[in-house]
Amino acid sequence: MAAKVNVAEKLGVNKFHTDEHNSHIDVDMEYPDKNEIDRVVRVCPASVYSVDENGVFFFEYLGCLECGSCKALSEGKLIKAWNYPSGTLGIEYRLG
Amino acid sequence: MSEEKFDCIIVGGGLAGLTAAYVLAGAGLDTLLVEKGNYSGAKNMTGGRLYGHSLERLIPGFAESAPVERRIVKERFSRGADGELTTMEYDNAGLSAPEGESYAVLRGVFDRWLADRAEEQGAMLVYGVRVDDLLVQDGKVCGVIAGVEEMEADTVILADGVNSLLAQKLGYKPVLRPDQAAVGVKELLGLSEEAINQRFDVDSGKGVAWIFNGCGDVYDGFLYTNKDSVSVGVTMMLEDIDKTENSVPQMLEDFKNSPQIAPLLEGGRLLEYSAHLIPEGGVGMLPQLYGDGVLIAGDAAALCANLGFTLRGMDLAVESGRLAAETVLAAKEQGDFSAQTLSAYQAVLSDSFVMACMKGEAACRAAVKADNCKDDPLGVFNGLMSEAGIR
Repeated sequence: MAAKVNVAEKLGVNKFHTDEHNSHIDVDMEYPDKNEIDRVVRVCPASVYSVDENGVFFFEYLGCLECGSCKALSEGKLIKAWNYPSGTLGIEYRLG
Repeated sequence: MSEEKFDCIIVGGGLAGLTAAYVLAGAGLDTLLVEKGNYSGAKNMTGGRLYGHSLERLIPGFAESAPVERRIVKERFSRGADGELTTMEYDNAGLSAPEGESYAVLRGVFDRWLADRAEEQGAMLVYGVRVDDLLVQDGKVCGVIAGVEEMEADTVILADGVNSLLAQKLGYKPVLRPDQAAVGVKELLGLSEEAINQRFDVDSGKGVAWIFNGCGDVYDGFLYTNKDSVSVGVTMMLEDIDKTENSVPQMLEDFKNSPQIAPLLEGGRLLEYSAHLIPEGGVGMLPQLYGDGVLIAGDAAALCANLGFTLRGMDLAVESGRLAAETVLAAKEQGDFSAQTLSAYQAVLSDSFVMACMKGEAACRAAVKADNCKDDPLGVFNGLMSEAGIR
């Protein structure tokens, strides 16, 4: 189907208490398996993971919705460790 | 925080945890609930529809004062692909007794209301604190650890949600597998109350729950009417990411833009974008539900049933929270918090609608298998309605 999703725009309406200094997800940025990276990129509702046109892998945890999909799919592979952000921090659903 | 020892510490301020807190504090127990978000519901989302019966039992007539969005009077079940859609509608004309009702809810709003009720009963609710681990001595759970702080209790109820890292740390639950959980992603779109009434053919206060089965290659869709917003989203079993080249956020976009859905959402303003995992492993996924000094309830216990035409988790969370609390009350009376005493929880849960619902899931799943639907959609719907059994 036509319309390409713009996740950043959607995340923009959400309320986050961002933890600028500590990522709650530990990602293996050198992970060699492109296929594994691709499935994590595609499963994440928040586009926390992305690969640019040059094939460079990016990870930006600040927009994470804390669902745990990447953990369930790839813990022990691309995902080295996953925890919730510290208390008070992360996504805050006003409506839910 | 004080040096006192609590009768019970509850981890997680969602529906299971809040219900447990409500029951325990109401019976006079010294009850502490710890939630990592800044308020109850801050980390929670639902499609979503709450079947009221289990909360009705706890707080009769709750919907009169609780912030429910709309009472569900119509449920629609659609099958389709490639721009074609077959829809069946069940209309109860709003005739149900309160215990038969269901409601569209928004958890960020609804959970705060239930939290206020639990506080009224005397529960102590602490927000913004992430529990990192459990205090375990000689194999018995005897409190929680948050940062450098330790808090002790005779019993701990884990109601920390689908990922329940604490139940995993205890060894009660293996790591969630991709064939045991679906990812749900949702947009909340603001529309006027009048527009919703007109587009969905309902009166104010009454609403629609709508499940779209097999609409995408690997995802299902859902749509629920709130008072002046619509919840629209998709779910996909995590393992199915390997059967598609699409991304989950794009699936939602595709679903929203499908010819039957787009007109219903026209002019809707995005209010929030949310995502969550849904435990869908059925009875085979249930963790160890109790141990020395500890009980597990709600999503943390994987108590969620996908019945094909509807998805139930919140009423199961409420009921399991209540049953866990009652088990703790009985243990308190005996002064014995051993696994043996707390095993009563498993027994009452097995006799309750919760386990009946969980067992119904397997039959319903079989009924919605794609090939059945193609040949005999009406038979599938009838099968679902009867297999589901519990309304």
